[in-house]
Amino acid sequence: MSFEILTYAFMHRALIAGTAIAILCSVMGLFLVLRRYSLFGDALAHSSFGGIALGLFAGIYPLWTAYGVSIISALLITKIKEKYNISGDASIAVLLSSGIAVGLVIISFSGGFSLDIFSFLFGSILLVSVDDTVAIVALTGVILMIILLLYRQILYSTFNERQAKVSGVQVDKINYLIIILAGVTVVTAVQLVGVLLISALFVIPNVTAIMYGRGFKQTMFISMTIAVSSVIAGILISYVFDITPAGTIVLFAIGVLAVTMGIKSAGLLSKN
Amino acid sequence: MLNAVDISNLTVKYPDVTALDDVSFAIKQGDFLGIIGPNGAGKSTLFDSMLGLNTNYAGTIKFFDEDIKKSKTYHKEIGYVPQKPEFENNFPATVSEVVRMGLRKKSDDKKVDEILQQLWIHELRNRRIGELSGGQLQRVFIAKALVNDPKILILDEPSTGVDQQSIDLFFSILKELNSKQGITIIWSSHDLDAVNKLANHVACLNRTLFFHGKSETFFSDDKLVKQYSEASMQEHMHHH
Repeated sequence: MSFEILTYAFMHRALIAGTAIAILCSVMGLFLVLRRYSLFGDALAHSSFGGIALGLFAGIYPLWTAYGVSIISALLITKIKEKYNISGDASIAVLLSSGIAVGLVIISFSGGFSLDIFSFLFGSILLVSVDDTVAIVALTGVILMIILLLYRQILYSTFNERQAKVSGVQVDKINYLIIILAGVTVVTAVQLVGVLLISALFVIPNVTAIMYGRGFKQTMFISMTIAVSSVIAGILISYVFDITPAGTIVLFAIGVLAVTMGIKSAGLLSKN
Repeated sequence: MLNAVDISNLTVKYPDVTALDDVSFAIKQGDFLGIIGPNGAGKSTLFDSMLGLNTNYAGTIKFFDEDIKKSKTYHKEIGYVPQKPEFENNFPATVSEVVRMGLRKKSDDKKVDEILQQLWIHELRNRRIGELSGGQLQRVFIAKALVNDPKILILDEPSTGVDQQSIDLFFSILKELNSKQGITIIWSSHDLDAVNKLANHVACLNRTLFFHGKSETFFSDDKLVKQYSEASMQEHMHHH
């Protein structure tokens, strides 16, 4: 293996965009996992697939329609859950299949699968443009800034809604905010690993980090480190062996999880 | 003197049952009130209403003369310790992170340290919350409730499932908070002896307010205590 690959501009863009997405997904994912919303990212990704198909069909930049559809679906799922008293997992299943169904119907209207659709399904980080990279980095910055500003409220309402409410945290608003931010994050991350593997980025680094971390900030930092290393290693390994980056990234993260589980079973980690 | 809490004609009706029926009482600043009553007597409903978690009630609840339905700042005066600190067992947060969640001001390390020391949990500050014993957890949640210097501390039956040594420590902490720092305490409990020992006022609730007054008055009146015990017992048998 030579270091030549590190001199390519597309590789720079892939690594920068990939790192930003990894950080964003691990931070958002930690809140989602602790709120028992692990599959929420998956549902939003599938619904954004409908949005992407809509964009391609209408000739609009597909990520914009995906953002719209993803945010609307996120709000819808929350409303449906509240209003009709449908359990969280069932409402996620409804959203997940609706997105794909809408996407498939729109695609068949537009004359079948195109290459674009495949790149959204499986990710296309090596094809990411300069504009995309700038947009990804900027969005990551904005979302992280919002989380930082409202850190205590978000953490408190994730820890215990009831107590947060009593302390005057506007829990309902925070919940909606988290959901909207998750919607934006998912669509941003689609470019890295594609619709099908999104929840891996949300969940796997965090499940791993929770086994190591004592405190919340420490866990977040460990999760970011795992996510970023998986993305960088995945992109480089996949390039060298000419395999899919999305799959390689996720397999790398799963490898870290498996090793962690091994260490934990051997009793080398504290009981929690 | 200004009443810390003023509850008048509080009525809460659920579709199938009236949980609280025309309950009125006032708590003076510095009082230590024990609220007793059998299961299903409406204690949780009363607390939920005072804490702003249930807004579906008739009557008024005032903290320091401010109607809680109209005030947006009344949370600042209250610290709340839940019955069971419910959280994900593997939640990755340290003791000091949990206490800090309650902190309204940006960051006040000195205050957090002070509270942790006062509650005998300073040496646990970097431990993960899920690793603590019941008694330790209880003190962490009191610390979280106290970190904003509330004038009123509301505790929801917190002495269940905790070992005797922790219960004694818990009682001495409550006593100190009330007598030395002048914090008004509202404490819901099943433990009549403990209420007798600690609280200077008692409210006995069974959907209506059955008794409210000085603890001496309640506990020196055998008839009242007996009536309460019978009501509790009936409720107890009803539940089994």
